[in-house]
Amino acid sequence: MQKEIIISGFGGQGVLFAGQVIAYAAMDSGKQVTWIPSYGPEMRGGTANCTVVIADHEIGSPLVKNPPLVIALNLPSYNKYETMMQTGGTLVVNQSMIDRGAKRADINTIFIPANEIAEQIGDRKLTNMVTVGALLAALPELALETIEAALKAHLPARHQHLLPKNYEALRRGFESAKEQMSVAV
Amino acid sequence: MPKELWKGNEAIAEAAVRAGLEAYFGYPITPQTEILEYLSRRMPELGRTFVQAESELGAINMVYGAACTGVRVMSSSSSPGMSLMMEGISYIAGTEVPAVLVNVMRGGPGLGNIAPAQGDYNQAVHGGGHGDYQPIVLAPASVQEAIDLTALSFDLAEKYRAICMVILDGCVGQMMEPAEMPEMKPVHRENWDWNTDAKMGKRERRVLSSIYIEPAEEEKMNLRVLNRWRTIEAKEVRYKEYFLDDAEIVVVGFGTAGRIALSAVREARTEGIKVGLLRPITVSPFPYEVIDQLTARADAFLVTEMNSGQMLEDVRLAVKGRVPVEFYGRLGGVVPFPDEILNEIHRMAKSKLSLDVHPRDAWLERMAHA
Repeated sequence: MQKEIIISGFGGQGVLFAGQVIAYAAMDSGKQVTWIPSYGPEMRGGTANCTVVIADHEIGSPLVKNPPLVIALNLPSYNKYETMMQTGGTLVVNQSMIDRGAKRADINTIFIPANEIAEQIGDRKLTNMVTVGALLAALPELALETIEAALKAHLPARHQHLLPKNYEALRRGFESAKEQMSVAV
Repeated sequence: MPKELWKGNEAIAEAAVRAGLEAYFGYPITPQTEILEYLSRRMPELGRTFVQAESELGAINMVYGAACTGVRVMSSSSSPGMSLMMEGISYIAGTEVPAVLVNVMRGGPGLGNIAPAQGDYNQAVHGGGHGDYQPIVLAPASVQEAIDLTALSFDLAEKYRAICMVILDGCVGQMMEPAEMPEMKPVHRENWDWNTDAKMGKRERRVLSSIYIEPAEEEKMNLRVLNRWRTIEAKEVRYKEYFLDDAEIVVVGFGTAGRIALSAVREARTEGIKVGLLRPITVSPFPYEVIDQLTARADAFLVTEMNSGQMLEDVRLAVKGRVPVEFYGRLGGVVPFPDEILNEIHRMAKSKLSLDVHPRDAWLERMAHA
């Protein structure tokens, strides 16, 4: 088993942390995992991304050319990665930040109004967790509970009070994606 | 110890601390700065020495001074910063004191860029500074290996009174992977017979210097260092093998290029191509003998690097023209994807390969027509 995930968005949208949460969950469930950020000048604004690879074996390349799983938190990321995705892949798009539908019919595009959902929960910063929840609907190798446990285990003490809202964000994203996927099938 | 998710650079810093690092001197440069940043917090916490020097020149000469006292000392930098350190490195080699240096390589030459690259291979394995000496050079491909090799580098440096350099690239430096830290070792100073330790008057005077005015004395020193190097060559070669048992094509790559090649090799194996991977861990001393033995049963080699074919020349030295050696490289901070290496494996499995053309020329020719 090997799964590659790219998470991409503006700096400040929690792109790198979203990837780390997935990496922690993979590690805690005994899998091999790599997390690698884009570390260029784009860290200071513009589009940031990270790549997470999860596998049962020793991971070779930590970077991937044609990802099967992508979270696009903004329009530039949607434009960039939609064309690069593997056929049959799943693309989670933050619908709150885009103005167009899907161009590719050979991938599953899941539209999640992540900003709105996060605001409903009460914190705009939860946008990333909403989309991570949505991605999990297409990543059965990682259970929602595993991500929740990873958050609990690795969030510093000063952030532990935010856990319930993070859980809610993950679940709302997950359910929203499940709904869309059942309609699509 | 349980596994934790560590970033390569920070893992190196903590591994050094646990190996008994007593003094660190450095200067910030991307993509290495996290080592310095981490130690700026961690070293004072433990009552150990951390100095952000005024420049890389200052840092390496502070390393030199501290090394003379017999403490475990380290500096780290990235390509342009390492070049600045070369004079000091040569002096350290000339004085035969142990030091650990980490180079998180980036695109070059010159200021280049901050992307991952392996263009400093030649500089590292051939010493970089002037005069006759060879450093031990270790090339980790993962965060766990970066931890293990950093810890090992202190032992090797002391054992052979040599410079031990850890070379990685921005990829391994910035990447996070689950890894296990070694236990914290207490700071321990060996009772060496060479270091200056403020015991003047209590024993025979010790002088540490790299100056030998008499050529005959310098030659003695050169030979002493050379003989130590021969022991290192005999005892300290390290490498990792993948799928080599029945391999007809042997891919050779170190560090990040090596692990990217692993993805390609695995894919080719699922297609039934008999291909394996040799990943040198010590690039100096280089695993010449292993490649020599592989030459007896392999049909061809493919060297893959994030440079213009620097380790390639070492592989060719070991193969000695007996079977074809091919090359695939990406330069300037461009990181190859596995499919590029897989394409090369496909090409090699299908076509007749030449012994006559230099692999770099053939590669450039293919690039021109790609």
